[in-house]
Amino acid sequence: MSAPIVDVNVNLSRWPLRRLRGDETAELAAMLRAAGVAEAWAGSFDGLLHKDIAGVNARLAAECRERGGGLLVPFGSVNPALPDWEEDLRRCAEEHRMAGIRLHPAYHGYKLEDPAFLKLLTLAAERRLVVELALAMEDERMMHPLLRVPAVDAAPLAAAVKETPGLRLVLLNALKGLRGEALARIVEAGEVYVEISMLEGAGCVGSLLKEVPASRVLFGSHAPLFYIESALLKLKESPLGEAELRAIREEHARRLSRRSP
Amino acid sequence: MEVWDLHCHLSGVPGRTPDERMARLIEHADRMGIARLCVFMGMEWSYDPSPEDLRRQNDDVLQALSHWHHRAFGFAYVSPRHLEASLDELKRCVRDGPMVGVKLWVAQRCSDRSVDPIVERAAELKALVFQHTWLKVTGNLPGESTPMDLADLAARHPGAPIVCGHTGGDWEVGVRAGRAHRSVSVDLGGGDPTAGFTEMAVRELGADRVVFGSDAGGRSFASQLAKVLGAAIPEDAKRRILSENLKGLLGPILSAKGVRL
Repeated sequence: MSAPIVDVNVNLSRWPLRRLRGDETAELAAMLRAAGVAEAWAGSFDGLLHKDIAGVNARLAAECRERGGGLLVPFGSVNPALPDWEEDLRRCAEEHRMAGIRLHPAYHGYKLEDPAFLKLLTLAAERRLVVELALAMEDERMMHPLLRVPAVDAAPLAAAVKETPGLRLVLLNALKGLRGEALARIVEAGEVYVEISMLEGAGCVGSLLKEVPASRVLFGSHAPLFYIESALLKLKESPLGEAELRAIREEHARRLSRRSP
Repeated sequence: MEVWDLHCHLSGVPGRTPDERMARLIEHADRMGIARLCVFMGMEWSYDPSPEDLRRQNDDVLQALSHWHHRAFGFAYVSPRHLEASLDELKRCVRDGPMVGVKLWVAQRCSDRSVDPIVERAAELKALVFQHTWLKVTGNLPGESTPMDLADLAARHPGAPIVCGHTGGDWEVGVRAGRAHRSVSVDLGGGDPTAGFTEMAVRELGADRVVFGSDAGGRSFASQLAKVLGAAIPEDAKRRILSENLKGLLGPILSAKGVRL
């Protein structure tokens, strides 16, 4: 029997542009469980565009607790471009007891060298929160013409990571454009992980493992926006050993989350 | 469930020669249970290929096929900007060679009448026409067809089976654009594994007009298969999409060439 899966990239609530199978929490939890997922780190689509981030995070925590079937782990949104975002961070850590936070610079309109972003990384690291940084949500060619979101320049990340001791950073939806030396530079800068939801190419997981250490690769599906079968089948497409598979499916993420408050 | 893949390339996989790249494609296809591949375009691409380029790229595919006739089919890459050379390639690769279809990419929008002689000749040869389409909010290439261009082409050639490559990329628009034209099938390959894609295509076009293609090696076989295997559609619809529809589209030319399945 396959090892259980920790999926580090799912979202609750409504994608702004389309209804999705699994955009009701209980339904998503059931879909994930049927796919072999034992734990899923959940952000909220509401965190992309809502300005009442505190409300988004309170709902996210309640949904995970009440309808997550013991499987969903909330990762609250923090938008460092909003006033008093520090309070949102405090609530994520102290009130909701979250293991981490999720950031959406493309949707919140800041760059990765902005002082507020760098301060947020520092404060999150001090609170031992895992930081999930979503570099994209969808193919920029496919965006709604009235909701075009600029691509995030990941280049400043390597310096930001080096300057933030204790930071544990997971890059979400990053691997469509960020590969090769640019990716390696960021991963080598500190404790940085990537997940496979937007990874592409025949035998893509095997190719990725030639660029970054296996210990930095996590399972992520981007469900329910993506079919969860995509990430599942990628693990089959490349010839991976049992130990490697078990580590990507579960162990690396478990080790990462165990060190959270 | 048997799987035939309508849409593969020699790009995106490592290898110094067409033979090496084809072997890698087959290796990954085997891991995913894909029985047959359609391959088009060569080792190096260009947006507006010269006659020599077309010939060289078709030579690459012929070479790649040479050891894999029991597993793969080729489509002749042609360009309406070089009509005589393209008709010659149809003669060389399809009429007198092993290829079974025609690939039109981004040299000229297919709403332009210059495409007509190619489609007419392909129909005479019973060759399946595959036209790349994409509707990009970021802007199309000058000669890149939208799904609306393809609808225009289909209206001019109602008797010729035509595949709308990538379902127009922006598939929610692409499905609508081709809906009224019964000779148009849609190719699922080449975009993100966005949930709901296949369900909408089946709902609006019927399962008989939806064909599995991956766009490997640039895309992962896994992510693209997920669009079918993960879709909430009946098992019978999945079977048609994964192989039966393509068998039907290629049936006339395979029969004419005496190919037994």
